[in-house]
Amino acid sequence: MTTNGKPKFAMYWAASCGGCEIAVLNIHEKILDVDANFEVVFWPVAMDAKYKDVEAMPDKSILLTLFNGGIRTSENEELAHLMRRKSQILVAFGSCATEGCIPGLGNFSSPEEIFEAVYEGVSTENPEHYRPQYNYSMPEGDIHLPEFYPVLKTLDQVVPVDYYMPGCPPESEQIAAVIDLVIQVVNGEAELPPAGATIGAGETTVCDDCPRERNVKSIKKFVRIQELEHIDPDLCLLEQGIPCNGPATRSGCGCLCPQAGAQCIGCYGPAEGVIDYGARLMTAFASVIDSNDPDEIEAILDGIPDPAGQFYRFNLAGSLLRAGTPAWKSNGSD
Amino acid sequence: MTEKFEPVIIGFTCNWCSYRAADLAGTARIKYPPNIRLIRLMCSGRLDPTFVLKALAGGADGVMITGCHPGECHYLEQNYKALRRYLLLRRTIAQMGVDPGRVKLVWASAAEGVHLAEEITNMVEEIRELGPLNWPKWDTNGSKASVAVQEEVTA
Repeated sequence: MTTNGKPKFAMYWAASCGGCEIAVLNIHEKILDVDANFEVVFWPVAMDAKYKDVEAMPDKSILLTLFNGGIRTSENEELAHLMRRKSQILVAFGSCATEGCIPGLGNFSSPEEIFEAVYEGVSTENPEHYRPQYNYSMPEGDIHLPEFYPVLKTLDQVVPVDYYMPGCPPESEQIAAVIDLVIQVVNGEAELPPAGATIGAGETTVCDDCPRERNVKSIKKFVRIQELEHIDPDLCLLEQGIPCNGPATRSGCGCLCPQAGAQCIGCYGPAEGVIDYGARLMTAFASVIDSNDPDEIEAILDGIPDPAGQFYRFNLAGSLLRAGTPAWKSNGSD
Repeated sequence: MTEKFEPVIIGFTCNWCSYRAADLAGTARIKYPPNIRLIRLMCSGRLDPTFVLKALAGGADGVMITGCHPGECHYLEQNYKALRRYLLLRRTIAQMGVDPGRVKLVWASAAEGVHLAEEITNMVEEIRELGPLNWPKWDTNGSKASVAVQEEVTA
């Protein structure tokens, strides 16, 4: 099956930033274990390989594929299907592949609005109003660009996924632990977790890992962290009025941000059993607001100027509604 | 359009007040449009915004949340939690391009069958005015979320 007898490893990036690849390389000398135990056959960011090389491989010949990035273009989708076909274990790796992440925020806008911002925005000088064309003919031949879809999808909205590994990016210790586990499985020393499981993360919430003191919460005012003169280093951030996403967010990151004095922004995605991350956060925030008067409640809520961004920063594509109206209406599916 | 658009509205009612108000409306033979599908919760405080989002994503054109009048909650003050969640949810869905008028909060005591029937009648007309929501039925292959939803439906 393999040229040198070692199982094959692949990593692919779809609509993503590349931070997941850096997180993998951040496992330091552990990366040598990857090389010792796997043959890396496809990893566009780290080595040269062509799509046709992957297409030529027998189906299921890659043991482990870490797939990061959401599905935004026809090229992303093609590669999702290709890697699914060629891989025995396909892992939705990182927040983009599992729940959409920052690229998924594009689901608030139509593709036209996105192109407008990119090609005509304040930071762009484009006097000729050039826009990329999907197909272009020139003397040397026809050239094509992949189609840009109306909404970004998560990997499991396009192909079946074996495991989910959350995080933006996944913490390097968690990656190292997962790689160790797969090596043990290959050597017959361990068993794979049940299909569909979330790996490389905890099962509870960031709050449960947080060392800050927690009391009964009652909030009269939400503030942005930069508006506070003094932040109590030992007290729960939410109790200080800072909208901290810890109550709904899956543990596994080691609660890094709250320990450093910044609120959790939710990059590890929904905690176990949560269907809609934003809904869980709305429940949590609304429960601790200390007012029963509609006008006063509205005034307190003004302290969260961008609720959809607060609640769905990482999870829009993976939420129940998945996209704002402008995005899906642009598909002509009205 | 020749046929009149008939909106589908999901109504969440509280066991102690608004569900009984609906019951009273029934026994008193007060008429209200059949567009609303009532679901009984023990309290409006049980209303997780997930329910509302799932209803909208699953084909409902509007959602009515009902509970006991302020100060009259069977569980002391859970209806205030419902109020706060509702106000926050409205802001969030508005950003997603859903008219906040599609989600409504109504207080109705067990004696207010007439009031509840009126509110339902009004909301059906308001949603009829707004038109169908038509949230897309996303085509999925193996989404965890859709599997979870199916399991709940068949359970």
